[in-house]
Amino acid sequence: MFDITAPAPPLWSNGPSPGAFYNFPSLQSAPSDFVTHSQAPVTTATSIVAVAYNNGVIIAGDLLGSYGSLARYRNCPRILKVNDNIILGAGGDYGDFQYIKDFVQEKIVSEECLDDGVKLKPKSLYCWLTRIMYQRRSKFDPFWNNLVVGGIQDGNVFLGTVDKLGTAYTDKIICTGYGAHIATPMLRDALDRNPNPSQAEARRLVEKSMEVLFYRDARSYSKYLIGVIDKDEGIKIEGPVEVPTNWEIANFK
Amino acid sequence: MSLLARPHYPDYSTAPVQHQFYPYADNGGSVVAIAGDDFVVIGADTRLSAGFSIYTRNQNKLFPLAKTTVLGCSGCWCDTLTLTRILKSRMQMYAQEHNKTMSTTACAQMLSTMLYYKRFFPYSISNVLVGLDNEATTLSGTAKRRFTKLGGSAGALLQPLLDNQIGQKNMEIVSKEPLSQEKALKILKDVFISAAERDIYTGDSVFINIITKDGIQEDKFELRKD
Amino acid sequence: MLVLCPEVPTPGFSFENCKRNALLENKGFTVPKATKTGTTIVGIIYKDGVILGADTRATEDTTVADKNCEKIHYLAPNICCGAGTAADTEMTTQMIASQLELHKLYTNRVCRVATANQLLKQYLFRYQGHIGAALILGGVDVDGPHLYQIYPHGSSDHLPFITMGSGSLAAMSVFESGWKPNLDEEAGVLLVRNAIAAGVFNDLGSGSNIDVCIIRKGSTDYRRTYDEANKKGIRQASYRYPRGTTRVLSTKIVDVEEVSVQRIEPERMDTA
Repeated sequence: MFDITAPAPPLWSNGPSPGAFYNFPSLQSAPSDFVTHSQAPVTTATSIVAVAYNNGVIIAGDLLGSYGSLARYRNCPRILKVNDNIILGAGGDYGDFQYIKDFVQEKIVSEECLDDGVKLKPKSLYCWLTRIMYQRRSKFDPFWNNLVVGGIQDGNVFLGTVDKLGTAYTDKIICTGYGAHIATPMLRDALDRNPNPSQAEARRLVEKSMEVLFYRDARSYSKYLIGVIDKDEGIKIEGPVEVPTNWEIANFK
Repeated sequence: MSLLARPHYPDYSTAPVQHQFYPYADNGGSVVAIAGDDFVVIGADTRLSAGFSIYTRNQNKLFPLAKTTVLGCSGCWCDTLTLTRILKSRMQMYAQEHNKTMSTTACAQMLSTMLYYKRFFPYSISNVLVGLDNEATTLSGTAKRRFTKLGGSAGALLQPLLDNQIGQKNMEIVSKEPLSQEKALKILKDVFISAAERDIYTGDSVFINIITKDGIQEDKFELRKD
Repeated sequence: MLVLCPEVPTPGFSFENCKRNALLENKGFTVPKATKTGTTIVGIIYKDGVILGADTRATEDTTVADKNCEKIHYLAPNICCGAGTAADTEMTTQMIASQLELHKLYTNRVCRVATANQLLKQYLFRYQGHIGAALILGGVDVDGPHLYQIYPHGSSDHLPFITMGSGSLAAMSVFESGWKPNLDEEAGVLLVRNAIAAGVFNDLGSGSNIDVCIIRKGSTDYRRTYDEANKKGIRQASYRYPRGTTRVLSTKIVDVEEVSVQRIEPERMDTA
């Protein structure tokens, strides 16, 4: 029998109130008293290839922002002019890079506001970034990046790198990510044969490296930026440059 | 019905997803030091590596702290960079406060304290501190005096050889002559040749510091590159 | 009973410790980890056949176990096989080599590379990757030159150039920038040498010398230590111990009273 005088039953019963989440019973979520950070990288960029030549540094990185195995964003520039004598490249988590880029640029702006003619030098930036990366790794909340700093320090060419732990070193060739495995052998061999390449020769080497990386690194892309910092010509960042590809041998039987 | 019998739906799990982040890296490297009566030689290979790849073939791992004190580091490179930077500033603070440079023994004590300070998030480094003190030579591992010392990836491989050649262990005929600088240098180089043969993390070249009362003299020696 | 019906041991692997190991593992015993072995092996197809190359370092974790080991194995007169040095690859290639020899005698024909590939992959597939043999198979048969890449799970690829092992990326960069169809032999050997050298110098798991094997139609040329890529450093000091350095713990003297010498003339072997 339907009792018309009884109050209407609740529309929403035996569950969370509207807007709240339902908690499944018997879930084993261990209550933890400590903060767990250290997120994994999300939108990632792959290798950076950098070569120091007799008069400056060439640095290249493609434009792809990968989302796991998905080629998600196709215009993610990650070669950055910091000031007139520093160029910065980054691989790894793109969000972390954008954050780093923000505070690096903030530093440059505040330095310019002082207007004392003092400009940040590549070694200073390299050293500073090393400390930042190490501090974040010590908090177990790392910036998930490989940073490459190129520049001219008091008339000398500088090229150095920092990774997410704060491991830092300088060399004439620096490649990160898959580039470390694929491009470094080619570049080391080329520099053994010709220890002081010209800008044009170094550029050819970098372009060849980007081509081979595009063939073999599944997280790479055919469009890339190429940045040059030269003692005489200053900084220029060119691109997007297209990789000249030849897939004919794929049909070879 | 027992609660345990409920099916578990991983998709509905609210537990935080934990990703692996390991704050240490093994960047390899070997440090060997040999002390005589009035000198110390210390060498470190110049290969910086991780996993199966070489970061750079030309990394100096010897850090002069004072006129006759040198620290050699191998292990986690980011910790090494941090530790040596703090050491350098503390050396400077000491010099400015006391108007003299720190002695090698004091350096060793300071290093020991600084390492122990990080007892529960340690620096993952093998440190070899060498130098001269007022009377003779001092060679310290972590503040323990010895005449030969080595650390790093080829440590276990080479210590027996040094114990025999420098410490004259397990021998009936023992030379009474004090160890000469030339012989120490020769053995140091040979030890690295052997390490490069069998340890994959040791190679490229050795950077050597020869410490006498006149100061630090540098030397370099090539090793195999594979 | 045993005399009438002797027990024939079952062929293949012995699994008698599996149950025991599972029990130990359940009780908290940690299973010993397999050591990671590095290597660089490569192969290319050139104008007249196939060229294989390998480094010669065998590693046990971070120490070098063998400085000059052989990684290119014989499979048939016209087929060679490059591989790591683990026991699995060694035994697998030996077994397949004998099967190919029998096949050759039975059919009275030169074995095809495809046959070797099929034998290897079917054998490996049966063990679901537990036989960790990773191989580059190269050879020349009536069909021309062939190069196969075979993985431990039994999958295979037919490709014009292949690199495998921990130095594969370094070696592949050389091939990707230098390989062309119809290379001549000199250029091909140089390319293979450079690919292995890239692995030797840039991959810590690979090192020492470079071995090359050239397989043409009708001839095979195995060049062991084609290039000694790394020379050992020259020792500065001498490490000879003077007589009496080692302590004598005990001495026992036995008198030998008489020694007779008898000379035996060599005889020709009976070949009748």
